[in-house]
Amino acid sequence: MFKQTAAITAMNIRSIPQRLGMSLAAIVSIAFVVGVLLAFMAMANGFCATVSGTGAEDVAVMLRAGSQAELNSNMSRDEVLLVERGPGIAAGGNGAPVTSAELYVIVDGKKRGSGTDANLPLRGVGPEGPQMRAGFTMTEGRMFEPGAAELIVGEGVIREFSGFELGEEIRLGTNTWRVVGVFSTGGTVFDSEIWSEIGVLQNLYSRGSSVQSMRAQMTSPEAIEELQAYVENEPRLNLDVQSEKEFLASQAGGTVTLIKFLGWPLAVAMAIGALAGAWNTMYSSVDARTKEIATLRAIGFSGFAAFLGTMIESLALAILGGILGAVAAYLLFDGISASTLGGGFTQVVFSFAVTPASLIAAMILAIIVGFLAGFFPAMRAARVPLLAVHQD
Amino acid sequence: MTEPLYQLTDLSKRYTRGKESITIFEKLTMTIPAGDFIAIMGPSGSGKTTLLNLLGGIDAPSSGEVVFEGKRIDNMSQGALAKWRAANVGFIFQFYNLMPTLTAAQNVELPLLLTKLGGKERKQRVRTALDIVGIADRAGHRPTQLSGGQQQRVAIARAIVADPEVLLCDEPTGDLDRATADEVLATLQLLNKELGKAIVMVTHDPSAAKYAQRELHLDKGRFVEKELVT
Ligand SMILES: Nc1ncnc2c1ncn2[C@@H]1O[C@H](COP(=O)(O)OP(=O)(O)OP(=O)(O)O)[C@@H](O)[C@H]1O
Ligand SMILES: [Mg+2]
Repeated sequence: MFKQTAAITAMNIRSIPQRLGMSLAAIVSIAFVVGVLLAFMAMANGFCATVSGTGAEDVAVMLRAGSQAELNSNMSRDEVLLVERGPGIAAGGNGAPVTSAELYVIVDGKKRGSGTDANLPLRGVGPEGPQMRAGFTMTEGRMFEPGAAELIVGEGVIREFSGFELGEEIRLGTNTWRVVGVFSTGGTVFDSEIWSEIGVLQNLYSRGSSVQSMRAQMTSPEAIEELQAYVENEPRLNLDVQSEKEFLASQAGGTVTLIKFLGWPLAVAMAIGALAGAWNTMYSSVDARTKEIATLRAIGFSGFAAFLGTMIESLALAILGGILGAVAAYLLFDGISASTLGGGFTQVVFSFAVTPASLIAAMILAIIVGFLAGFFPAMRAARVPLLAVHQD
Repeated sequence: MTEPLYQLTDLSKRYTRGKESITIFEKLTMTIPAGDFIAIMGPSGSGKTTLLNLLGGIDAPSSGEVVFEGKRIDNMSQGALAKWRAANVGFIFQFYNLMPTLTAAQNVELPLLLTKLGGKERKQRVRTALDIVGIADRAGHRPTQLSGGQQQRVAIARAIVADPEVLLCDEPTGDLDRATADEVLATLQLLNKELGKAIVMVTHDPSAAKYAQRELHLDKGRFVEKELVT
């Protein structure tokens, strides 16, 4: 059986050059399916990794109950002070709790490539704010001075937006700022932000002493539960308390679902198109070799070997297309930088990531297309009438 | 009395197309002894190819029996028939039916892929078969690189390589010129005389028929037998 199938398969594959145009079209259409699917998955994966992959488990994030995003949240100074008295918060060198009350406003940025406007988050952070982001380093320049209209800018912003170069003066709304430093948090969502001192931002945006969110460095991941219990039992506090990791995951979730929601149907629709093409190719393959198949059957080859030979040809085309699509997607998309709307209607700069899991999913899709495209033509091959030996 | 190679009894073949039914033959009976070389002649449409199909188990009769070496083949399953063909029959067609993407040697090897023979033994057998038909020097050529006569020799080598009892040939020289046809027919005669292969050959060509031991004329579903003077 194996020798029979191998012989028929080898013949089928060797005869592909006689149907080169069609076979190439089938391969390319399958490559497109795989490429598109991988592009969307790479986008979703990259976004997910950027937004949720790096949140800390021992940093508590507090927002107004039910507000979900920082932009919708609001906290008064009294609430901030009350939280600071809560349990489980780490103490700094001076014995004070390590927290950062933060203000979060939206400013306009110009995209480098297209020159179009896009929203960027400008975050006012407390003195402990930067250190609370794991991996925070100043890559260029210096930290802003308290009280000065100075900005430090995330690496992702520098990469994707113009006008934020070190030393530049920049007008945001009605205010003029100076860029004094560039920071990195190792590719997390914060790299897509611009930071200033909270007091300056409160002043320039007339927010009085109110803030939007608060972060607290906890002594351990478990300590968050203590703080949650404390906040719940304190009638003057009406806040949601979650770990930074949970918070960022919930922010990313919607967008990831959206990307996948767009990607899969598009890939499946294209797969149906590719299926029709591959199907046609395989029928041509069988029809072109009807007499050969009948002759082999007359010699004593089994119908099943004819079935397998056609099936393997179809799968080979599909796998070839799949590999082509995967390689193209990897070369074109892996690691490229992009920015898209984050959970808070601001731009998140992230890198596409073509992951092994998505490669496997895309290859499985290619194989399914190959199988479906090959099945009925292979049935026809198995049922070629023996009398076709007399065709001329 | 020894068992005949083929015993056909009351063989009928009808084709129905819609309401119309055409009868190719009705209650045909014939015996083919082992080692026979028959030329089957007759007008076009008389059913020569159909008869060959029934002998080769690639078509089934409407009624009647085809018995090969004491075993009925007309009621075998498709799978069993395929095995039977692989072991007992070699086909030779008018247009050679070689696989265009395979070399002569690979074409000849095909029937051996259905046996348990190992690669080395297969190569040897292929070589022997190509030698017998006198085309060993073209083993590495593809069909398109061979003349019609050479292609038919390759096809004959493929038909005999698995050592079948009978060769079924449908107009084996129908596409060849006189001289080439004579060479191919001489080869068939040699296979019959030296190796004892039974041959059933359909032909339109009276001079081709001369190479056979006897001629049968098929007309309107009946045989008119003619012993040849040797
Ligand atoms: N599959 C089929 N369906 C219907 N009729 C068929 C079929 N195959 C053959 N026939 C008919 O059966 C008759 C005999 O055909 P066959 O091919 O056996 O003739 P033949 O003697 O080999 O003719 P030729 O010398 O032209 O090759 C013809 O009338 C043909 O039209
Ligand atoms: Mg005929």
